[in-house]
Amino acid sequence: MQQASADVPRRGLGQSLVAGVGRIAVSVFVPIVAFIVLWAGFIFLRDSGANKLGGVAMLYVIANWLTEKLPNAWQRRILPFVFVGPAFAILTFYLLVPAVITGWESLLNADGSQFIGIDNYTYAFSNPDFIVAIRNNVLWLVIGTLFSTVLGLAIAVLVDRSRMSRLAKTLIFLPMAISFVGASVIWRFVFSFQPEGQPQIGLLNAILGAFGIAPVSWLTGAPLNTILLIVILVWGQTGFAMVIISAALRGVPDEMLEAGRIDGASEWQIFRRLIVPTIWPTIVTVATTIAILTLKVFDIVIAMTNQNFNTQVIATLMWQQAFTFFDQGRGAALAIILLVAVTPVIFYNLRQFRGRAI
Amino acid sequence: MRKFSWSRVAINLTVLFLIVIWTLPTVGLFITSFRSKETIQASGWWTVFGQLGSGQFTLDNYDKVLFGGDGMATAFLNTLAVTIPAVVIPILIAAFAAYAFAWMDFPGRRLMFISVVAMLVVPLQIALIPVLKAYLTIDLNGTFLAVWLAHAGFGLALATYLLYNYISQLPKDLMESAALDGASHFTTFTRLVLPLSVPALAAFAIFQFLWVWNDYLVATTFLGIDKDVQVMTQRLVSITGSRGQDWQLLTSGAFVSMIVPVLVFLGLQRYFIRGLLAGSVKG
Repeated sequence: MQQASADVPRRGLGQSLVAGVGRIAVSVFVPIVAFIVLWAGFIFLRDSGANKLGGVAMLYVIANWLTEKLPNAWQRRILPFVFVGPAFAILTFYLLVPAVITGWESLLNADGSQFIGIDNYTYAFSNPDFIVAIRNNVLWLVIGTLFSTVLGLAIAVLVDRSRMSRLAKTLIFLPMAISFVGASVIWRFVFSFQPEGQPQIGLLNAILGAFGIAPVSWLTGAPLNTILLIVILVWGQTGFAMVIISAALRGVPDEMLEAGRIDGASEWQIFRRLIVPTIWPTIVTVATTIAILTLKVFDIVIAMTNQNFNTQVIATLMWQQAFTFFDQGRGAALAIILLVAVTPVIFYNLRQFRGRAI
Repeated sequence: MRKFSWSRVAINLTVLFLIVIWTLPTVGLFITSFRSKETIQASGWWTVFGQLGSGQFTLDNYDKVLFGGDGMATAFLNTLAVTIPAVVIPILIAAFAAYAFAWMDFPGRRLMFISVVAMLVVPLQIALIPVLKAYLTIDLNGTFLAVWLAHAGFGLALATYLLYNYISQLPKDLMESAALDGASHFTTFTRLVLPLSVPALAAFAIFQFLWVWNDYLVATTFLGIDKDVQVMTQRLVSITGSRGQDWQLLTSGAFVSMIVPVLVFLGLQRYFIRGLLAGSVKG
């Protein structure tokens, strides 16, 4: 490589112009070739019964081998695109192009045959189901984010001072490993309801029964049912908040806390005035991460109530429009509304993350 | 010896209380999964402690849910078949891209990298309808390949970003001496960069594994209603929908679906936490 650069002769204006045009041509042309090669590779993967994992690795080996056969200068120009091309092409196919198509389709009618402007959006915002979905998403966003984060913070602070810290951390963190669907089955059982007089097998109604209170049909009355669904999310995400915040707590300098104690601050003042401000960026990261989850919540609602009893949210309505009612336009409009709600939060989350060092 | 103090007792009691609240629902599910249909309906799971040793436990539920009409055994294998490639493919592709972004010079590098990072803010819901339509045109819907590539596509931006953060921090001298020794980029990548990046690869792998294994939305969109290819989350949702009171099937089925991720999680918790701290947060 060193040698190659030493061989490059001095260029005249014409030559560097040609080189410049050539470079632009290469940067346009190579991704297209990469895409075609990938497409051929994809057809090969789809139609061959062969081991497909090996297939993906093999495509790289073959591509690399082919590139190495090229003359040195070309090799240096093309190899980066062999490396980057697949990632770029897949992202283009799975996110970039679909996002544009969805944006366009949200302006079309149910089967995409006619342009109807913003009708899908006006339909959404005048539809009572959607208004309830927005209210529910706001409940998810506020209650889910607030409780997961605050509980996570409280537990992170408490647990380190107790004897059972390792066990407690593992057990509270464990629901992170359980799918929202699995968690929903667990909690459906807790909320299970039988008419009065029959044995209550759900934990919550059994506890009520022990105090002589009549059983409650938890999941049928709005907005209580949504709040109970949020409990499942809080149960799952508090562990996440606890682990991240607990790592940040370890980074709070002891000298600072000591200085606070010497100055006569109470434990609560130390927590409120010293610890919380120090780890604030981490708290914001945790809260925004959970907020993103709450805005996109889908599995829990489907598995618990199948969005009946006014528990629907934007994501479930979108799915229903697109895949149950086959109204692409309305489905796409709801997807865009979801995008508009979520993207600023993700953007903020990423920016916060970049400026933070753990 | 530590000094006795009331506040310490209070903290320990609170933590104990939290542990109980967090674990009790899962314990209830676990115990119920071993009780017969009749006993589940007749009494709460907590009553088993009053009659231990009376032979009230059974494995029938697991037999039924795994090998009966709900086919959880098939779904288990399907989940495995979906998950492993859906973890390996994006990691491999992202690692190549991350290496090129970090250590190779080419026209359009900055622009391409920025577009990859920008994809982090796009929620995957936006892509479902167009990708499904594309799949229908090329007759790919309902196959595992469809789901692998979808998961690869939706996980790739994050994977590339995380691996770039790690790979670009590797020592520059190392790369230069490898180049001086005549190693090609491909050799440097496979022999040097991949082995050195194992911590980052493992962290992302666990994260993506849990994500794909526990996923319902992507699977249900691209695998469809054919029972032969459905994954466990789909089977579970289908049981909750049609027979929500069949607790013997729901509890045992849920447990079958939870066992692998819980073991992976407990075994590799350290790596998982590292991944989370590095920002494994999916858009």
